[in-house]
Amino acid sequence: MKSGNNDQDWLFEIKPKNQFFRLHLREVWQYRDLLFLFVRRDVVTVYKQTILGPLWYLIQPLFTSVIFTIIFNTVAGISTGNVPPFLFNLGGIMVWNYFTSCLNDTSDTFKKNASIFGKVYFPRLIVPLSIVISNLVKFGIQFFIFIAFYIFYAFQGMEVKLGTATLFFPLLIVLMGILGLGLGMIISSMVTKYRDLTFLVGFGVQLLMYVSAVMYPMALLKEKLPQFGWLIEYNPLAYVIETARYMLLHEGLISIGGMFYTVGVTIALFFIGLLIFNKTEKSFIDTV
Amino acid sequence: MSTDDIILKAENISKQYRLGTVGTGTLSHDLNRWWHRIRGKEDPYLKVGETNDRSTKGTSDYVWALQDINFEVKRGEVLGIIGKNGAGKSTLLKILSKVTAPTTGTIKSRGRIASLLEVGTGFNPELTGRENIFLNGAILGMTKKEISSKLDEIIAFSGCERYIDTPTKRYSSGMTVRLAFAVAAFLEPEILVVDEVLAVGDAEFQKKAIGKMQDISREGGRTVLFVSHNMAAVQSLCTRGIVLQNGSIQFEGATEEAVQFYLKENSTALSFQDIKDRKGSGVVRLNHVSVFGNARDVLPQTGKKFVMEFEFDNPQNIDNSKLKFDLGIDDYAGQRIVWLSTTVFKQSLKGSGKIIRFEIEKLNLNKGTYYVTTHLVANQELSDWIQNAFSFDVAEGDYYGTGKLVSSVQSKVLMDYNVLIKD
Repeated sequence: MKSGNNDQDWLFEIKPKNQFFRLHLREVWQYRDLLFLFVRRDVVTVYKQTILGPLWYLIQPLFTSVIFTIIFNTVAGISTGNVPPFLFNLGGIMVWNYFTSCLNDTSDTFKKNASIFGKVYFPRLIVPLSIVISNLVKFGIQFFIFIAFYIFYAFQGMEVKLGTATLFFPLLIVLMGILGLGLGMIISSMVTKYRDLTFLVGFGVQLLMYVSAVMYPMALLKEKLPQFGWLIEYNPLAYVIETARYMLLHEGLISIGGMFYTVGVTIALFFIGLLIFNKTEKSFIDTV
Repeated sequence: MSTDDIILKAENISKQYRLGTVGTGTLSHDLNRWWHRIRGKEDPYLKVGETNDRSTKGTSDYVWALQDINFEVKRGEVLGIIGKNGAGKSTLLKILSKVTAPTTGTIKSRGRIASLLEVGTGFNPELTGRENIFLNGAILGMTKKEISSKLDEIIAFSGCERYIDTPTKRYSSGMTVRLAFAVAAFLEPEILVVDEVLAVGDAEFQKKAIGKMQDISREGGRTVLFVSHNMAAVQSLCTRGIVLQNGSIQFEGATEEAVQFYLKENSTALSFQDIKDRKGSGVVRLNHVSVFGNARDVLPQTGKKFVMEFEFDNPQNIDNSKLKFDLGIDDYAGQRIVWLSTTVFKQSLKGSGKIIRFEIEKLNLNKGTYYVTTHLVANQELSDWIQNAFSFDVAEGDYYGTGKLVSSVQSKVLMDYNVLIKD
């Protein structure tokens, strides 16, 4: 018989509470195949038995951009500088959509998956991660349509201004995804007990869009409503969207201070989210 | 591998639940908990709580679904966990499979645990059978490579080759279960947790599934924790048994003895003192009932002797010949199955005894739970009428003595008959 009951012998222990900073990231890595399969499932099954299939990914941002262009640029007369308003809106909406779909989908994690989570264990973090990645696939498809319109407008005589900043665009999208994931994890953990948050997120996200510089340049709001300038100043989303437009269209301001602030907030939210999520996953099934 | 090799050890496992509509706490309780914690005090709600007895009404909002569970499982052992509904079996399995955390205590394990709590978890109806094998396998903890290497075996075991590239939403429920069980059966964890999987699927598949589980434990040397109400399956599979009752371990030992203990525990003996919801003058009142089978502490079983024994209070000493006593036995759905009465027989009650006994030599109720309404008349006047006074369970039994069990879905009651062929 091997030496008896040394505590080091045990492969793992199940305890009442997770230690606060044990995040089980190694376990997440062991389950990477599951992550991939979840992403595949999300992408493949959404449009099964539809005629247009993945084209639906394109229809929504296109129509929203058209409507935004009519309302905000033609009717309300918001100036978008040298950039065609349609392209300006399409860029903003695309990035904004990525954030909201990450946030909305991850904030449902525990509620929506209660039946699976109630039966079998796997690192719960896999689910929000898979959501962020499958939304990235969706974003990728939408990005193609943006490129198509960019080329179209370039032939129409729009000045093509791409700089080194453009190269950092993928990083910016990752940042946006992490921000959505962090917030989503915090909300999903709290929704398990307090369902009120579901409603708050529903219209909160809609309102947030108006202070995130999606359909106007940041400078415009600061100029027209100076007393509400802080709303934009402290909103990391506004920086991300403004920076995205700068990278793609060379329109707007890029603020190094603002970017540092955004990265700081994102990392903080992400870690807070991870900690809360990790704490919730242990016993949420009793409260959901 | 040594026989003393302990692969799983549970120490002081307890689990507390809050009753009512909210889960573990509303905001005020949460705040109170937090307040105690920052002052370095113990959770105030851990002290309260009652044992988990579903049928009696408690005073506390908190209940212990499990209390001080300690056990060890050796490598290669098949441990049966049996107990009534609500005894805490599923809670224990949920803790073992890491679905929920215990309130106190630890579980230590030397092997990977995979659970089969209701098969087919994570099946996506839009995906094909093949895609679902991969998805379900990954959810259960297999890597893609492991699944690919066993894919053919899994498909063959499920017997669904023909439909493997069809979305599972077109499958019959039986086929879904077959496929799901097949995936799980080819898992290779050191410890497999199984809960009532065998309730579904046809007889052929059940046999196959039990056989597979025996192979897993005998040849594979793997450890299985098996939870079931099916005593026959427990007896044929398990090497050791644990009986849970009201959240704590009541018995631990050899399978055969555990099953016997469970059946004894399930015989009904109940006092009527606490029942308030009764009608009638109360001149003569029932105060106690025992329901049992062959012997006083044996669970009633189909085809065996069955006794219901009532004691009553008769302070005015009314002569028994002035009493009329009826029983109505309903099934779980409230459907009246049978009516028994002292008035059927002439002069069945006489003298001054305080016990009424109904005896059936060969019980012809099939297995299940039955609810009894009692109705007592003294001197032509309603004395004590209790709707759904108590319930009793009947265990499966070999009524016809032929080894052929009749499903309670097909037949709620059984009767003696002959089958003849005539020219």
